[in-house]
Amino acid sequence: MTLAELGVGKTAIIASIGGEGALRHRLLEMGLTPRTMVTVRKIAPFGDPIELHLRGYALTIRNEEAAKIEVVEAVS
Amino acid sequence: MLIALVGNQNSGKTTLFNQLTGSNQHVGNFPGITVEKKEGSIKKHKELIVVDLPGIYSLSPYTSEEVVTRNFIIQEKPDVILNIVDATNIERNLYLSLQLMQLQTPMVIALNMMDEVKSSGNSIDLINLENELGVPVAPISASKNEGIADLITRIKKTGEEKILPKKIDCCVGEVHKAIHSLTHLIEDHALAAGIPPRFAATKLVEGDELIVASLKLNENEIDIVGHIVKEMETELGTDREAALADSRYSYIEAICEKTVFSENQTKEQIRSVKIDALLTHKYLALPIFLLIMLVIFSLTFGTVGHFLSSLFTQGINFATSFVDNALSQTNVSTWMHSLIVNGIFAGIGSVLSFMPLILLLFFFLSLLEDTGYMARVAFVMDRLLRKIGLSGRSFVPMLIGFGCSVPAIMATRTLSSERDRKMTIILTPFMSCSARLPVYALFCAALFPKYAALVMITLYLMGIAVAILSGLLLKNTAFKGKPIPFVMELPAYRMPSPKSVLFHMWDKGKDFVKRAFTIIFIATIVIWFLRNLDWTFNMTSDPQNSILASIGSFIAPIFKPLGFGDWRAATAIITGLTAKEAIISTFTVLMNTSDTQALISALGTLFTPLSAFAFLTFILLYTPCAAAIAATKREIGSLRGTLFAIGYQTGTAYIVALIVFQVGRLFI
Repeated sequence: MTLAELGVGKTAIIASIGGEGALRHRLLEMGLTPRTMVTVRKIAPFGDPIELHLRGYALTIRNEEAAKIEVVEAVS
Repeated sequence: MLIALVGNQNSGKTTLFNQLTGSNQHVGNFPGITVEKKEGSIKKHKELIVVDLPGIYSLSPYTSEEVVTRNFIIQEKPDVILNIVDATNIERNLYLSLQLMQLQTPMVIALNMMDEVKSSGNSIDLINLENELGVPVAPISASKNEGIADLITRIKKTGEEKILPKKIDCCVGEVHKAIHSLTHLIEDHALAAGIPPRFAATKLVEGDELIVASLKLNENEIDIVGHIVKEMETELGTDREAALADSRYSYIEAICEKTVFSENQTKEQIRSVKIDALLTHKYLALPIFLLIMLVIFSLTFGTVGHFLSSLFTQGINFATSFVDNALSQTNVSTWMHSLIVNGIFAGIGSVLSFMPLILLLFFFLSLLEDTGYMARVAFVMDRLLRKIGLSGRSFVPMLIGFGCSVPAIMATRTLSSERDRKMTIILTPFMSCSARLPVYALFCAALFPKYAALVMITLYLMGIAVAILSGLLLKNTAFKGKPIPFVMELPAYRMPSPKSVLFHMWDKGKDFVKRAFTIIFIATIVIWFLRNLDWTFNMTSDPQNSILASIGSFIAPIFKPLGFGDWRAATAIITGLTAKEAIISTFTVLMNTSDTQALISALGTLFTPLSAFAFLTFILLYTPCAAAIAATKREIGSLRGTLFAIGYQTGTAYIVALIVFQVGRLFI
């Protein structure tokens, strides 16, 4: 499952980051690395982008990118 | 001693810079690019010079901000790197710190927002953190001005004794092995290029093209690098970029586990979630945003703005009439008298008339920025702007464009990508600014008395439509390259410090006067000369004989296909470049009319409704005014870019007005 499919309020563990180039690099640098726990907090009013919570801060990325991040939903 | 201030966006870097330097700052650009460079000496320590480098998250080669930062440190060799770290978001902030530590430059970490950490009942073991990192760590609260004196002492000590960061192995296992082998392989090349070998080796493992190029490796060596990296990737079962990011973060996590005790979210973070429940709410976000903008606009262009403007106008009128009277007393020749009063003072007046607007708008804009709301606007609006190749960040500058293009263009400074910034600067003037409104009103009264509202709305919508089409066009042509990824932090909401808001406002006002003064001033004086002299360089009382009128006549045929080939319309278009109000005054003078009513009936004979609409279309779309050109030049940073913007806008105006007139003719 990807981060884009996770749904608001759900938490998951990142398995892998897809995509390439500058964008992928930036995602990794912002802390979206494998084994990191990430929560989807909100979807923007027009349906895109989404707000994430990870490593103690809030980050926003577009659905297009979220769809490239493979996650495993955490059992709460 | 030269100190490089480096840190993430939203880490309080600007606040710290202001606390350190006070008003001893100097703002400029890094050569060749539009990345701002601020410099200043520390209060009571004149010998300590701080350079405020752009807010960045990493030292990768993908943005000009990051490249500028690492080139500055590698080439200018500052005595100390002052790395500001947000203690409430320490893991991600340390990601940059680890890379800075490899640059072999003495370094001090200022751990900011310690007040928020403490007040939430969390704590950080500073001594242990300092030991683990091998870099001096000074706890501060930049907004409350706490810990600054101690920070300065540590910077001085570190710089004077040239204490280098401890060499730490943040990477273990295969990554470490790869970096280690590469360090040996490229050491000579790195030293020759003046790049710290371990930093270079790490960046090679990461696949940094710029470092590969500056090391000047031979083919054989490049092969070996590729081989070593390949081996590492196979062993780890992951790629080079993920491997490095992962090992840096793992290292940081291990340190934080031992030193950072944050059981609770900070009060600011909890508060932010509550505020966002409202401000980025699915249905309320948009109405609230529009309401906020409405309040800002009505204050800036309404009550408060009017009051300040009239103060400025009274001041300049008083000075003008004083000088006017004083000159009348002396025997100064009439032309000199007119030049001073109608040229020079009118020029100063038009520069100053922008001031209240700029000060007020930037007061509000820095409130929006410093509270953290601007990032939310970008979050909400991103979807709308993405289609034209921009991100949500461009929304506010474009909206400001409906008020005045000058502050709108200046507001693009906060956009983090150079490409987005340039595109926004070119598109913003298509938003019909408030100075064009009187021109529309005049023409509507003359030619469309019954349909005034419809004509005006059509013009506004046409501006927006042209901006959208231009965005699509530019995205696929001049600005083809990849847009910078929209991966943006949503910082916690914070109370803005009055000091930094006022500072920002003052900065922008000063900047505008400094940059715009010359260009507007020269433009006004040149127009004065052209308007008042004939080709024998004698003063002429008949405006028809002026140089300006003959230039107008000369270029008038160009506008014939657009339906307004009259020399007076062409002349008004030229004078309109100083300011849009000048269009009306030019018509008044050239049509020999004494009052507005007479002008309205005169325009009714000069234009047909169709040619008038084509004329208004041209006025809507062509380069707004000298002040906007000055702002464009400042923000785009190059003459070429500025000429491109002017050419693009004027070309678009010509083509669209041509279409309006020629297509319109088929129906009328």
